[in-house]
Amino acid sequence: MLTYIIRRLIGAFAMLVVISMVTFGIFYVVPQWAGATPEAMASRYVGRAATPETVHLVAERLGFYDPVVVQYGNFVKGLFAGAQYDYGAGVEHCPAPCFGYSFITGQPVWPDLLDRLPVTFSLAIGAALIWVVAGVAVGVLSALRRGSFFDRLTMGTALAGVSLPIFFTGMISLVVFSYGLGWTPPGGAWTDFSENPAEWAYNLLLPWITLAFLFAATYARLTRAGMLETMGEDYIRTARAKGLRERQVVVKHGLRATLTPILTLFGIDFGLLIGGAILTETTYTLPGLGQYAILAIRTQDMPQVMGVVLVAAMFVVIASLVVDLLYAVVDPRVRLS
Amino acid sequence: MSENEPLLSVQNMEKHFPVTKGLFKRQVGAVKAVDGISFDVFKGETLGLVGESGCGKSTTGRLVTRLLEPTAGKIVFEGQDISHMGQGRLRPLRRDMQMIFQDPYSSLNPRHTVGAIVGAPYRIQGVKTENGVKKAVQDILELVGLNPEHYNRYPHEFSGGQRQRIGIARTLALKPKLIIADEPVSALDVSIQAQVVNLLEDLQKELDLTYVVIAHDLSVVRHISDRVAVMYLGKIVEVADRKSLYSVPMHPYTNALMSAVPVPDPKVRKDRDRIRLKGDVPSPLNPPPACRFHTRCWKAQDICKKVEPPLAQMAEGHQVACHFPENAPELPAAETAAKTG
Amino acid sequence: MSFLDVKDLKIHFPTDDGLVKSVDGLSFGVERGKTLGIVGESGSGKSVTSLGILGLHKGGRARLSGEIWLDGEELIGASTEHVRSLRGKKMAMIFQDPLSSMHPYYTVGQQIIEAYRIHNDVSKQVARKHAVDMLGRVGIPEPARRVDSYPHEFSGGMRQRAMIAMALSCDPELLIADEPTTALDVTVQAQILDLMRDLQREFNSALIIITHDLGVVAELSDDILVMYGGKCVEYGSAEDVFYRPEHPYTWGLLGSMPRLDREPTERLLPIKGSPPSLINVPPGCAFHPRCPYAERTGDKATTEVPALAETEGGHLVRCHMSREERRGLWENEIKPVLETQ
Ligand SMILES: Nc1ncnc2c1ncn2[C@@H]1O[C@H](COP(=O)(O)OP(=O)(O)OP(=O)(O)O)[C@@H](O)[C@H]1O
Ligand SMILES: Nc1ncnc2c1ncn2[C@@H]1O[C@H](COP(=O)(O)OP(=O)(O)OP(=O)(O)O)[C@@H](O)[C@H]1O
Ligand code: SF4
Ligand code: SF4
Ligand SMILES: [Mg+2]
Ligand SMILES: [Mg+2]
Repeated sequence: MLTYIIRRLIGAFAMLVVISMVTFGIFYVVPQWAGATPEAMASRYVGRAATPETVHLVAERLGFYDPVVVQYGNFVKGLFAGAQYDYGAGVEHCPAPCFGYSFITGQPVWPDLLDRLPVTFSLAIGAALIWVVAGVAVGVLSALRRGSFFDRLTMGTALAGVSLPIFFTGMISLVVFSYGLGWTPPGGAWTDFSENPAEWAYNLLLPWITLAFLFAATYARLTRAGMLETMGEDYIRTARAKGLRERQVVVKHGLRATLTPILTLFGIDFGLLIGGAILTETTYTLPGLGQYAILAIRTQDMPQVMGVVLVAAMFVVIASLVVDLLYAVVDPRVRLS
Repeated sequence: MSENEPLLSVQNMEKHFPVTKGLFKRQVGAVKAVDGISFDVFKGETLGLVGESGCGKSTTGRLVTRLLEPTAGKIVFEGQDISHMGQGRLRPLRRDMQMIFQDPYSSLNPRHTVGAIVGAPYRIQGVKTENGVKKAVQDILELVGLNPEHYNRYPHEFSGGQRQRIGIARTLALKPKLIIADEPVSALDVSIQAQVVNLLEDLQKELDLTYVVIAHDLSVVRHISDRVAVMYLGKIVEVADRKSLYSVPMHPYTNALMSAVPVPDPKVRKDRDRIRLKGDVPSPLNPPPACRFHTRCWKAQDICKKVEPPLAQMAEGHQVACHFPENAPELPAAETAAKTG
Repeated sequence: MSFLDVKDLKIHFPTDDGLVKSVDGLSFGVERGKTLGIVGESGSGKSVTSLGILGLHKGGRARLSGEIWLDGEELIGASTEHVRSLRGKKMAMIFQDPLSSMHPYYTVGQQIIEAYRIHNDVSKQVARKHAVDMLGRVGIPEPARRVDSYPHEFSGGMRQRAMIAMALSCDPELLIADEPTTALDVTVQAQILDLMRDLQREFNSALIIITHDLGVVAELSDDILVMYGGKCVEYGSAEDVFYRPEHPYTWGLLGSMPRLDREPTERLLPIKGSPPSLINVPPGCAFHPRCPYAERTGDKATTEVPALAETEGGHLVRCHMSREERRGLWENEIKPVLETQ
């Protein structure tokens, strides 16, 4: 088991390295291939009014003339050891992990990311909880009552949930619940958990449900299909033949086996959730990472983009790592290979 | 066993499947599915191949039809070495060598009609027939006991036994010389098994076919074969003509196998002298050294763990790989051991 | 009344294609310490019968009628909860494929412990000791260590032993084994059959063994029930059925089967055609489309369902031919052919 964990950790780390290289390549190198000169990139730091000489100097100091490998090396060094930026007008120290400075605001990227992380995290965790519980419960119930009214109703709703885009369901619920009924705040509201947990939850309720709806629908359908299959397995028949009560047969034997693939999916989804969060945050104008990323991309603020991508990638990689480890705990057959 | 030249001759054939591990597919071992076996099949005869699950029977079948390439050794078909022949050069030979599979349900494409399935070999091999493919297919259908009017029907409309007949019809289309049948009846009901066994025997007489029949059922193999080879963990441990194998089995494993077959006679069960093996067949990933049977053999001695017994002639047409064979009158055990040791 | 007494059991499934009469009027009994063998081809209703006795069709689509008396208690009319409380304790079952019949995510020990604790109010530790004990009794080496293994870490034979340990953990008085050895190799099958025979003697339970292999039935059974198309066609002691069979279908089964204990015949005597559809069971005698003697009973074969009538001392046969006619055929036509084998 230990070697398995170590192997997986190394794999996860390698994955992050590859992602960072690719991202770096896309945002720093490809623009140059596409004709962007080091001067053009440097001019983003000093403003359009600067003289060509200043721009040239800054580009040199920022290392834009160096070979890609050196640039990437410096970037990684910044991540782990921090970096010194010399603009000519004094030296700025950027402590590790240093993602550089925003082109636009001139602020270091990392504190910005840290600022927005709790928002995205709150959204993701709350929604994940809701969708797993609701999705699995609905899936199990409809599988056990296949063909019933409940089954048809929930599966019909689930189909809608899978096929409707988030901004649509989001907008509809905003219109109905906030503007119409006035049950929830109209978006944009954010209270830190440590300040007022009730307020925090109240503000996030609608975004949670909107986001969870999409995933819960998928999970309900998957759970239902998985349960239908599992309940036909020979070992379920064995469990019944032992004289086990039906509820235990369903939970201990049926659900146990069904949950394993769902768990895998959950890991991937939790990572991908960042994508969903982007849309949800945009809809509800929440000050999270998603919104930050959209802004960054719109303004071509490379250090910011790089930061968001790496943090997001870390989400995905860590989530799938945790799930893989859990998987090995749950399914004893995995450990062997 | 008519001519001296065998139709198929296998010499020291091996197939090791690599077992890989990790990201870089490092090879950590090999499944020795077939580990150095030799046998001949003569024209017009039926060679039976028996053994327990995982001993390498199917792999042997797939090797001699060259669906797999051997890791070592030689396969000679009609005087030609086909061991490492490329697919292009094998193609014409495939007409002469056909395989019947175990599962009559999954081996037929459900979307093709019987006519298309049985006629496919003609199209693939580009063979011209006198009165058209349809007539030829209908003739074959009749030969295997199906109604020629079944031509336009689909496999799912047939029972298991009838599907196996369709499978057999397909292999017969090109008038092969050698048919490898891998568990041709084990998925079928008893009453249907008998129909298919009889059909295979009739076809052999009528079309002068040569068979290698792979099965785990000793009674079916005895019924259908002229000679029988017994396999254990990738090795042939005994080969003999049917009569001497079943009346004087020499290898302890063969004896144990026969003793294990339940006899459909309620009286016999009470007074039968049984040999009961302990445990299961070891993994072919890590087979026991020297004689592979020594972990379960009640006659095992030290030498069995150190020296591999060669497949040696013990009587006319009867080869056994054992240091201390049963029922072997001519050669005392000590002598056999000395000879190999 | 026997310990288990089944009377006129019918199990029908309504489906889109029509009513499937999987079991259609079956009656039999088993005493404690005795073994009943149920034989029949695939789809003849053997498994449906055994699941019916255990009450595992309850809540499904199946329509059950008739009576199942277990130790003086009627089960078909009993509440689901009551039948559940008997399952595993008073009656238990061993299934065909031990790998798929055990939960892949729980250790063998956990599964036996669970079975034991459903019916016995004991601590986990006590149940665990019991599980180790049971594993030892069914012949698993090092039971104290293997109790924590997962099913996939066991070999096929060991898994079936573990299944047996699980079924016997609450000391059931009725044990039903549905094809307990079909998935196993012959040498392992022999071990398991020995084990079942020994354990039955030790536990003195009533045993029903379901199989399509006449050899397996002969090894274990006191009484034999031959099923065809959801009905019993012949029922009697093992000696009756093997030495004095009177139903043409039983003759067919015996003739279809190559045997190791006799000289091989030239040809097997298969039953023509294939097993009936249970939706459109042939009218009259369900076996008539395949019966070589159907003409002898004239129109009756196709119009009238023959009754299951006693021929002599508890030996029951379902055929329109007269007792003398059947015995004559067996003595003069069938037996001589089978025995020259
Ligand atoms: N493609 C493959 N890769 C790796 N191992 C293989 C492969 N094919 C077969 N094996 C292994 O080789 C061994 C022999 O397999 P084979 O199918 O020849 O056995 P068999 O005698 O036909 O058994 P059975 O009676 O179960 O069909 C088995 O242990 C099997 O797991
Ligand atoms: N739930 C069900 N719904 C409809 N038909 C069923 C159901 N269960 C079984 N049957 C049908 O009942 C018939 C008898 O099935 P059963 O499983 O008892 O056969 P069997 O004698 O055990 O055969 P085998 O030797 O293949 O196990 C089959 O035709 C099967 O298709
Ligand atoms: S060589 Fe030894 S171990 Fe092998 S079969 Fe013969 S007696 Fe048994
Ligand atoms: S009743 Fe007629 S058809 Fe049926 S088994 Fe007897 S002889 Fe054959
Ligand atoms: Mg095989
Ligand atoms: Mg069955």
